[in-house]
Amino acid sequence: MAQPAIPVTPALKDDLDIVIPTIRNLDFLEMWRPFFQPYHLIIVQDGDPTKTIRVPEGFDYELYNRNDVNRILGPKASCISFKDSACRCFGFLVSKKKYIFTIDDDCFVAKDPSGKEINALAQHIQNLLTPSTPFFFNTLYDPFREGADFVRGYPFSLREGAPTAISHGLWLNIPDYDAPTQLVKPLERNTRYVDAVMTIPKGTLFPMCGMNLGFDRELIGPAMYFGLMGDGQPIGRYDDMWAGWCAKVICDHMSLGVKTGLPYIWHSKASNPFVNLKKEYKGIYWQEDIIPFFQSVVFPKECITVQQCYIELSKQVKEKLGHVDPYFQKLADSMVTWIEAWEELNPPTKAAPAAQPNGVKKDAPAPKPK
Amino acid sequence: MRTPPSLLSLSIDSALLNLSNFSDLSPLPDHILLDLFLRTLKAGKLTEKILMLFMATGKDEVLALIQSLNIQLITPVLPTSKKMSQTNIGDDEVDIVIGALHADLTSFLNEWRPLFSRFHLIIVKDPDLREELKIPEGFNLHVYTKSDIDRVVGSSYTAINFSGYSCRYFGYLMSRKKYIFSVDDDCIPAKDDKGLSVDAVDQHITNLATPATPFFFNTLYDPFRKGTDFVRGYPFSLRSGVTCALSCGLWLNLADHDAPTQALKPGHRNSRYVDAVLTVPARALMPVSGVNIAFNRELAGPALFPGLRLAAEGKLRWETVEDIWCGLCVKVVCDHLGLGVKTGLPYVWRNDRGNAIESLKKEWEGVKLMEEVVPFFQSVRLSQAAVTTEDCMLEIVALVKERLATLDPVFARAAQAMADWIKLWKAVGSGSGSSRPSNG
Repeated sequence: MAQPAIPVTPALKDDLDIVIPTIRNLDFLEMWRPFFQPYHLIIVQDGDPTKTIRVPEGFDYELYNRNDVNRILGPKASCISFKDSACRCFGFLVSKKKYIFTIDDDCFVAKDPSGKEINALAQHIQNLLTPSTPFFFNTLYDPFREGADFVRGYPFSLREGAPTAISHGLWLNIPDYDAPTQLVKPLERNTRYVDAVMTIPKGTLFPMCGMNLGFDRELIGPAMYFGLMGDGQPIGRYDDMWAGWCAKVICDHMSLGVKTGLPYIWHSKASNPFVNLKKEYKGIYWQEDIIPFFQSVVFPKECITVQQCYIELSKQVKEKLGHVDPYFQKLADSMVTWIEAWEELNPPTKAAPAAQPNGVKKDAPAPKPK
Repeated sequence: MRTPPSLLSLSIDSALLNLSNFSDLSPLPDHILLDLFLRTLKAGKLTEKILMLFMATGKDEVLALIQSLNIQLITPVLPTSKKMSQTNIGDDEVDIVIGALHADLTSFLNEWRPLFSRFHLIIVKDPDLREELKIPEGFNLHVYTKSDIDRVVGSSYTAINFSGYSCRYFGYLMSRKKYIFSVDDDCIPAKDDKGLSVDAVDQHITNLATPATPFFFNTLYDPFRKGTDFVRGYPFSLRSGVTCALSCGLWLNLADHDAPTQALKPGHRNSRYVDAVLTVPARALMPVSGVNIAFNRELAGPALFPGLRLAAEGKLRWETVEDIWCGLCVKVVCDHLGLGVKTGLPYVWRNDRGNAIESLKKEWEGVKLMEEVVPFFQSVRLSQAAVTTEDCMLEIVALVKERLATLDPVFARAAQAMADWIKLWKAVGSGSGSSRPSNG
């Protein structure tokens, strides 16, 4: 079957936080209620902190506005973007759970081809709880899905796979195109439901979209920094891209897996392509330097934790991308600030975790009282 | 003065023009639906897909009309001009190569007739097969048998063995076309998730004729498919893509699992139709299944050779790894030369055949060998001097001799066979393989 059955107790109820950045309202939660209500929400309110964001009744949540961000992080708050959904990573920072699911407030429940509503959260959980297969491509896609398996020729020694760090979902209706593509094809809608989950092979980069994303915070959390975007920054709409490239090279180094494909959500809002073009403009050029940079990143073998890899990455960003634009120097500095904030808010309770094998569910450390 | 057309009439005309964009006609009132149907007939636009669209409405009048007019779903024999392919590849650029492991090809070829009839076929009879081939009338084809193989290969290329699944590669050698499609003789055309017949040949040709995108993963899969594109964050300089050299299709019903997996789950059948084509990223290796593939002969031909022949190789896919081996060669070569490999659609329907447990008892050397084979190919690095497929293959042969031959004699034989194949290809196969396309 295409998706996991709805369990009696929602899976990972006490181990997962749903992080939602918003500047408007959270009406979209009504549609998600059957799937989200059992879980704890972390709302990151962007923009004007004096505005009150109404959260629908019955949800268990914590809400942070800009004042909270400044209060909690002090001078380190400079690394958290303002007036951009990149601020969502503040939610990752303050969460105490093992897993995160993040979704945009213009994303609704989609239907699969049979007309059934898709429980996107349950699919992400399924993706994260089953291994990835980054070392050899399986032509029948995720072999851990019901009804699939490894194909002939797949070495048995590689069939255990790697722990899954990231689950990247997709979108029906408004596709996640860049501004130039939106301008050329304003009416194109994604109507194709591709019934597959697959692992992105080791050594391959991809454009990670933040609007329907799950990840294992314990495995990859420190790398999920969404950069400096929005107000006062020369670039926007590259926050999730940046996090995705950083996270992928680190996952590759640490033998963690990244899955993409199901679940689909219904993306309802097409943003203004002219506004987008202004935000993305620099990114479109810088990307041509950024991608070769990431493709050539090598971590020294002394880097054995995600934090160490990330600090190392920030040094390489400064060194190799600094000449492209002074923005990258600032970004490199804020990457370090982010790790400092992460260490402060998430002090290690044990030795830095190496990748854990899937299926061995450790007891989550007791969440700290807020 | 002529009465101007009514708004309703204009709407129906417009609907007729855009009929292929509709997914559901049931909201239409009955009389309008009927009118639309009649105009569709009059305009000659009733295709299988559109007929299903009308039938899906369940409206009695339309269904009654369909019945009274005796409209039936008949798999069409396609005319010589391609109507579905969005490419400009001529039928005369394609060869369909079938390795006949079974003598009676009647039902196989009849099942494929609507899709094969406009192409030239090459049938290669397994040299081990004693009986005469039975082939139905009406195809444009060429049959090669053991005597042809002996004549061409002679005694100069002793390491090459064309028996069993390897026989089709003789067809690749003899073909003079640019593209080849090959499918196992125990497969028939599949139906997609909407119940429509899959034109596997057309899909493979489309895959080969549109660029591949190996350098960066597109999360919406093949951006050259209709209704999709590159996503935000995809570098613009990489959007022209590269030539696709190999297109790997999939299978419904009996999937191409190895014997242990199928033996463990004897009832397991693949019923999931994944509507995607995607490029396998550069430097990512995968197991290519020979059951349903197509390739650019000029680019991939010299690399597609079943060098790795198991000692007890049999007549079931569970008892071979030859296609896995040459698929790895092709992928390494493509990665080096900047060419692409696609996987996904089209699907074929693979008939149940054989017994996995029996195969497992007989032969599982292949499973063991893969443990050495995959790390070997992952470590292969070709030199800058290798700019054609043949050059690349010669370097791979040298590396096989150096690193694998000592582990198992089967690899030493493979290296020899591959070396012979390259010589044979140069002597007999047309064209001189690919050059590395110029960058920039």
